[in-house]
Amino acid sequence: MTDQEDFLQTDMDEYVTLTIGGQLFGVPVTSVHDVFSPDAITGVPLSSPEIAGVLNLRGRIVTAIDARVKLGLSKRESNEHSMAVGIELDGEAYGVIIDSVGEVLRLGLDEYEPNPINLDERWQAISAGVYRLENELLVVLDVKKFLSFGNVKSAA
Amino acid sequence: MDDLLSEFLTETAENLDVIDAELVKFEQDPNDKAILDNIFRLVHTIKGTCGFLGLPRLETVAHHGETLLGKFRDGALTVTPAAVTLILESLDHIKSLLAHLESEGVEPEGSDDELIAKLDRAAAGELESGDAPAAVSVESATEDEAGEASETSSDNEDASDASGYNATEEELQAAFDAAPGPEEDTPAASAPAAAPEVKSEAKPASEPAAAQPPAPGKSDQPSLKNQSIRVNVDVLEDLMTMVSELVLTRNQLLQMVRNTDDSEFKGPLQRLSNVTAELQDAVMKTRMQPIGNAWQKLPRIIRDISQDVDKKIDLVMEGQDTELDRQVLELIKDPLTHMIRNSADHGLETTPERIAKGKPELGRITLRAFHEGGHIIIEIADDGAGLNTEKIKEKALSNGVVSPSEVATLTENQIHKFIFAPGFSTAAKVTNISGRGVGMDVVRTNIELIGGTIDLVSQENKGTTFTIKIPLTLAIVSALIVEANTDKFAIPQLAVIELVRTGTGSDYTIETINSTKVLRLRNRLLPLMDLNALLGSASERDLETGSHFVVVMEVGGQRFGLVVDNVYDTEEIVVKPVANVLRDIAMFSGNTILGDGSVIMIIDPNGIAKEISNREDEAQTEEISEKAARASQNKTAMLVFKAGSDEPKAAPLSLITRLEEIDVANIETSNGAQLVQYRGSLMTVVHADAYGSLKTEGRQPVLVFTDDQRSMGLAVDEIVDIVDEKLNVEHISDQPGVIGSAVVKGRATQVVDVAYFLTQAYPDWFDRAPCEEIKAGRKSILLVDDNAFFRNMLSPMLEIAGYEVTATSSADEALGLREHGHAFDLIVSDIEMPGMDGFTFAEKVREGDSNWAATPLLALSGLQTPEHMARSHEAGFTDYVAKNDRDRLIAMIGQALETSTQAA
Repeated sequence: MTDQEDFLQTDMDEYVTLTIGGQLFGVPVTSVHDVFSPDAITGVPLSSPEIAGVLNLRGRIVTAIDARVKLGLSKRESNEHSMAVGIELDGEAYGVIIDSVGEVLRLGLDEYEPNPINLDERWQAISAGVYRLENELLVVLDVKKFLSFGNVKSAA
Repeated sequence: MDDLLSEFLTETAENLDVIDAELVKFEQDPNDKAILDNIFRLVHTIKGTCGFLGLPRLETVAHHGETLLGKFRDGALTVTPAAVTLILESLDHIKSLLAHLESEGVEPEGSDDELIAKLDRAAAGELESGDAPAAVSVESATEDEAGEASETSSDNEDASDASGYNATEEELQAAFDAAPGPEEDTPAASAPAAAPEVKSEAKPASEPAAAQPPAPGKSDQPSLKNQSIRVNVDVLEDLMTMVSELVLTRNQLLQMVRNTDDSEFKGPLQRLSNVTAELQDAVMKTRMQPIGNAWQKLPRIIRDISQDVDKKIDLVMEGQDTELDRQVLELIKDPLTHMIRNSADHGLETTPERIAKGKPELGRITLRAFHEGGHIIIEIADDGAGLNTEKIKEKALSNGVVSPSEVATLTENQIHKFIFAPGFSTAAKVTNISGRGVGMDVVRTNIELIGGTIDLVSQENKGTTFTIKIPLTLAIVSALIVEANTDKFAIPQLAVIELVRTGTGSDYTIETINSTKVLRLRNRLLPLMDLNALLGSASERDLETGSHFVVVMEVGGQRFGLVVDNVYDTEEIVVKPVANVLRDIAMFSGNTILGDGSVIMIIDPNGIAKEISNREDEAQTEEISEKAARASQNKTAMLVFKAGSDEPKAAPLSLITRLEEIDVANIETSNGAQLVQYRGSLMTVVHADAYGSLKTEGRQPVLVFTDDQRSMGLAVDEIVDIVDEKLNVEHISDQPGVIGSAVVKGRATQVVDVAYFLTQAYPDWFDRAPCEEIKAGRKSILLVDDNAFFRNMLSPMLEIAGYEVTATSSADEALGLREHGHAFDLIVSDIEMPGMDGFTFAEKVREGDSNWAATPLLALSGLQTPEHMARSHEAGFTDYVAKNDRDRLIAMIGQALETSTQAA
């Protein structure tokens, strides 16, 4: 749990909300560099399934990760709407493909709870806890773990 | 001023700065041997270089300084502060001489006797105390000045917000009062080294810290140093990357504007475009150096070699001005030097040899560099003896680089290329020039590392030419854009040799050998890989029909074709490394953004070449499982040739040791037999057709069969092909020398009875052993195989290997021999046989009361599945061997016999 405590440094944190397969997620505002509409993704043959490909984001080559595949959710239909958030980690640029991006929320610690212990293993690995919102639950996406491929693979 | 001198000045100035710093440290700790050694070496270098450049004053001063330092180093004298100052003094003196040299191009007039006398006295151990004060004052001046310098800089630091750079600039400004404009750039380059702050940052003190001692005449050094600056390659690298980005962005903009008819952007964009192009050129230029820089030392090397080994050598250098990327230049410097040494040492013959051959006495090595389509070509040619094909072949065989059956199929040029294989040096003896284990493989590796290729052409007695092809720069490469699985990919142009279109309306068709695709290209078979399949597309495509594109590539001497769906144009691309998560995929070397803004993966030719060899293994496994399904469809490698008639003839490749072409003039007739000198002994040559005759002129193709002592040459008219086919001998022939006919490649082909020809050449080929008393020790083998061809092939082979062979065509027949009380040392049996099969046979052999029960029993089969192996063990076979693996069979027989002898 120390990870999660480190992760939530202050009492109030700002999150960009996004939906992946109908579930509401929150990504710390500080780790999101861009929000863009992913198009012209070049597939990379022989790569792992969650890697959607590579794309050109303002002159930079970005690795696109399909969050649905990563979370073991149903595959996106080709005509379904998608968005992407640009995240930078250890000098590498990633574009995480999600269903839609919502507003930015300021959330307090009193609404926060650690992961329920019965949460799916794959989700446990990438979730840094849950916020109880009025109408729904928001899962905090632990960006570092979400984008660490070796670890997640072995955990999954 | 010539290049050497200016280089010397730049370098010496740097070295002196280092010494100054070192000396001061040294004074504080006179026992530090390492520092003393450093100083000694530097002074020594200065002395040596001055001698070389003809600068007597400098040389003398450095020489006397060196003598004194030598005494310190050897412990003959103890270091005193006075001594250190004396050394410093002489260094300063050297500097003043250098300063004059730099401004005037010659050493100043005057005498250094006073200083030299002092140095000599010190060296003799009689340093006058009178020298000391003067010395101390020099020293303190050093410190004061340095202190001032740092003060100045720290003042500046206080005054301005900017750290480091500004301060340093000020400091340098002070130091080089009179220095001209270009020096504005200097701080960025030399700041880290020169800034006193850096020193305090725990940098090792070898940094020329506080580097500006009060050298006399320092301020009036117009300083060559300032006209050329040293910039970290990383900085240039970054610049290059940024410019590349700029170029790509410009291309995108241009493309966008091109689509609109009338745009206000057109004008400005045109200017941007021009400026970008110029900027790109300029940045490229900062990285470019004439290749002559890498060649400077070569004439000297050649001169030395020519004296060492007594050869007269003329080194011709062409195209020194050809410029290429600095980074590339650095990387090819050593390989080039190595190759030149090689050419001089091994390539050229000694003068007497040349005279004997009627060649001009003066050996010539030509070094040529020129541009060719975005690449630099460097040729190193000598007019020497050429490569020794036989020697290379032997070495390749003994190193296991190639198998004997393979080597027979190789062309001379292919054999020559073995010299690029690891650990391959044919130099019989190690000279001090080359042959010290730094072989051509290192050269090749270094060149391939920078995306280059190396090739060679060698002609006996005409000489050898190496051709190195390297990219102009590592930053931008030209790539061919192709399509596979509806995605586009880039293939570096350097690896691409040609493009071939197959199928409808083209001369080329893709053919299949057991699901392996090949292309017949100018009489050679080119292995093909389907890019779609390589990139993971599961569906097997039918490549034999329809039209396809084949990209013919060569990587590391291996040539192959890559089948792609479509070929677009070539584009200049900037290779960017792939993201970490994608780095494991060997198929890609990088990715890039194309002019239209899309990202494209760059195919790594090396990755594909590796994949080919992997697939070969896989194919073999597949082949085996396929074979399990269709029993006993063995494929045999056959050499197809023509002799006498137009009808093709074939012989099993596994029996042939080599393919040779023999000059007809060398064939002699003696006692009715045709003989030729071959590898130091006589070889009988027999024509493969009873009525055929040898060629009357030119070169006669010969298949060579060899056992331990003797060789037989089977003369043929023409070698047609090597095929790998299921062999089914249908019409058993009673014609001598022919086993029968089989269909090979859709044509009726005569299968030659090699054993017949061996006995033609040497009637005692198979039974000469008795007279050599080996008979007693000869082990007997029973061979059971229903296939006449295999019996005929294996019998002579085993005979050659030194066994006495009895062959039977069925298990029943073999068991009949047992009834008659025959005994053998070993039994080799086929598994798939009509009537009683191998398993039943083995069980019978192993029956309790059988007198063969203890005889080692080898299974011979085309099937190699684990189940089969297990079953054969159960049945009682000692071991299991693939039918067409001749070498392994021989090895296993030897092994089995040894084991059984030991057991007995």
